[in-house]
Amino acid sequence: MIRLERRPQPSTRWRWLAPVVAVGLTILTGLIIFALLGKDPILGFQVFFVYPLRSLYGVSELLLKATPLALIGMGLAVGFRAGIWNIGAEGQFLFGAVFATGVALYLPSITGLSLVAMVFAGILGGMAWALIPAWLRTRFHTNEILVSLMLVYVAQLFVSWLVFGPWRDPRGFNFPQTEMFDAAWLLPTLLSGSRLNLAFVLTLIVLVIGHILLAKSYYGFSIRVAGESPSAARYAGLSERRNIYAGLLIGGACAGLAGMAEVAGPMGQLTDKASVGYGFAAIIVAFVGRLQPLGIGLAALVMALFFLGGEQAQQYLNLPGSISRVFQGLLLFYLLAADVLVQFRLVRTSPQTKGAL
Amino acid sequence: MTTELFGAILFAMIVAATPLMLVALGELVTEKAGMLNLGAEGLMAVGAVSAFIATHTTGSVTVGVLAGMTAGVLLSSIFALVTIPLMANQVATGLAIAIFGVGLAAFIGKPFEASVIASTPAWTVPGLSDIPVVGKALFSHQPIVYLAWIATGVVIWVLARTRTGLVLKAVGESPAVGHAIGYPVNRIRALAVLFGGAMAGLGGAYLSVFYTPMWTEDMVAGRGWIALALVVFATWRPWRVVLGAHLFGGVLILQLFVQSSGLDLQVPSQLLSAMPYLATIVVLVLIAGNPKTIRIHSPASLGKPFRPDAS
Repeated sequence: MIRLERRPQPSTRWRWLAPVVAVGLTILTGLIIFALLGKDPILGFQVFFVYPLRSLYGVSELLLKATPLALIGMGLAVGFRAGIWNIGAEGQFLFGAVFATGVALYLPSITGLSLVAMVFAGILGGMAWALIPAWLRTRFHTNEILVSLMLVYVAQLFVSWLVFGPWRDPRGFNFPQTEMFDAAWLLPTLLSGSRLNLAFVLTLIVLVIGHILLAKSYYGFSIRVAGESPSAARYAGLSERRNIYAGLLIGGACAGLAGMAEVAGPMGQLTDKASVGYGFAAIIVAFVGRLQPLGIGLAALVMALFFLGGEQAQQYLNLPGSISRVFQGLLLFYLLAADVLVQFRLVRTSPQTKGAL
Repeated sequence: MTTELFGAILFAMIVAATPLMLVALGELVTEKAGMLNLGAEGLMAVGAVSAFIATHTTGSVTVGVLAGMTAGVLLSSIFALVTIPLMANQVATGLAIAIFGVGLAAFIGKPFEASVIASTPAWTVPGLSDIPVVGKALFSHQPIVYLAWIATGVVIWVLARTRTGLVLKAVGESPAVGHAIGYPVNRIRALAVLFGGAMAGLGGAYLSVFYTPMWTEDMVAGRGWIALALVVFATWRPWRVVLGAHLFGGVLILQLFVQSSGLDLQVPSQLLSAMPYLATIVVLVLIAGNPKTIRIHSPASLGKPFRPDAS
């Protein structure tokens, strides 16, 4: 018999091994799924994890997809550490995109300043949408999980109204989309021939800021206290209000920035399909990345590979692209399950001791 | 005319409320045992897609409903496994169920998106449906609606009047005491989670087989999350779940009535579609304005793992 025994101290080794084990188990399960679907598992593995990276362009696409995931994941991690469950990043992402689109459609473009305005608009949009659950939580004690999630649906409908209504491109053949942005409103690309843009650099900066904030600042310490022991935080006189606002608004700001980067980057316009679920996938990124900037960066790459692999699987294996969401969900399950080994260790019990219990 | 309209609204309200009521009652039972499963949206999605595929393949709605419930049980068993013996965070695991379930349903349902199944005829209760004004609205539904009422009655009765209900609530209030008395706390909790999964699967089956006999990827449309909000709104009291589900049913059908009434309200259809979500927020604000009520009624050990052999 094997049973779990609590470790005297949480295992640092397993804190970092668990995500690796989870990725391994997800890939293994993926191979089994391919086999069950009558596809060659080896080919499936190649299509999913090798094909997307065969060219420099493929790698740049991976970084492009990983950018919003890492950005949103970093913002969410701050909230999660503080015990604030913002799961409405998808809505905040969309509002960042909406604000940025508003700026691009209505303001005159001034070289250089345009991009600054875009960045601020995106951040403000995300923060505005995150402000609602924060205010309701502090004022009325509402549950931020449900409120932020309901606001995702409202944001999606709002975007749909905009692109079917007032913002629809009059020359767009009635497609639900805005005009393409002028070049001044588009983020400059980093490599010629690729779509990888300035947002990637911004994301790296955000991850570094995140590291300083979480590991080196008083604020980082105070939110950890608040997240791990609310009563200790109250005793120490840490403001719960400030914690809630900061946790949600930082998440909103990052998600809004990512939304801006999507419309001002690869899309170049706002459409009713502005997000492919980055806001939800980023929740997984934050957990798999252990709520740490470096981990989040790595987890975003893995999750981005799942997105690209899903596209390849559609093309080469004739499987629905939603298989990537199955893999992403599996990854989170395996991580949560493997996490038991951080706090506990497996102990083999001999029959005698079992009898004694 | 007005009584006719009243009857039609009542009828549509019941139809729209039924899945919410089923899922919310399942979640209520789960939460009463101290388990917080936020995955209702994913459970409904796999329930809906499994029920649809099974009905489409076998031609039997009974098989379809059973398939939907089985799918809900299977997916919720992952939740039980990860949160009970492996003691993972219940909020995070519930989110995983929601994300995974919706993705899995989209994946396995893809080949069936264009498929159709026959819609199930209503079963008019003889005699009762002749009651003026409300007879037709209450007693000319598809059989699943009556089944839902029976299930609701059984859940309310078990929770309020039976030993099983008492043990369930005891485990949720104080697992340590439950354990000391000799109840298998974690087994009871696991069963409560599976029951919640079955009810959510049934709610999903209702959507894809009866409500709109078809499968589309986004058909659950947040109903699982609304059901979670209903449990909070009802402050963990089953009667108020039933009431709340019907209030929400009313909000859900509002859009249909405004559209079919021909009234030109100059309101974008998206705003009407957003009403249920906005109403959920309003309801959460109203109910949560008094945190004491929530604290008194919520199961004391909600979301906290229990380890029998740990001190």
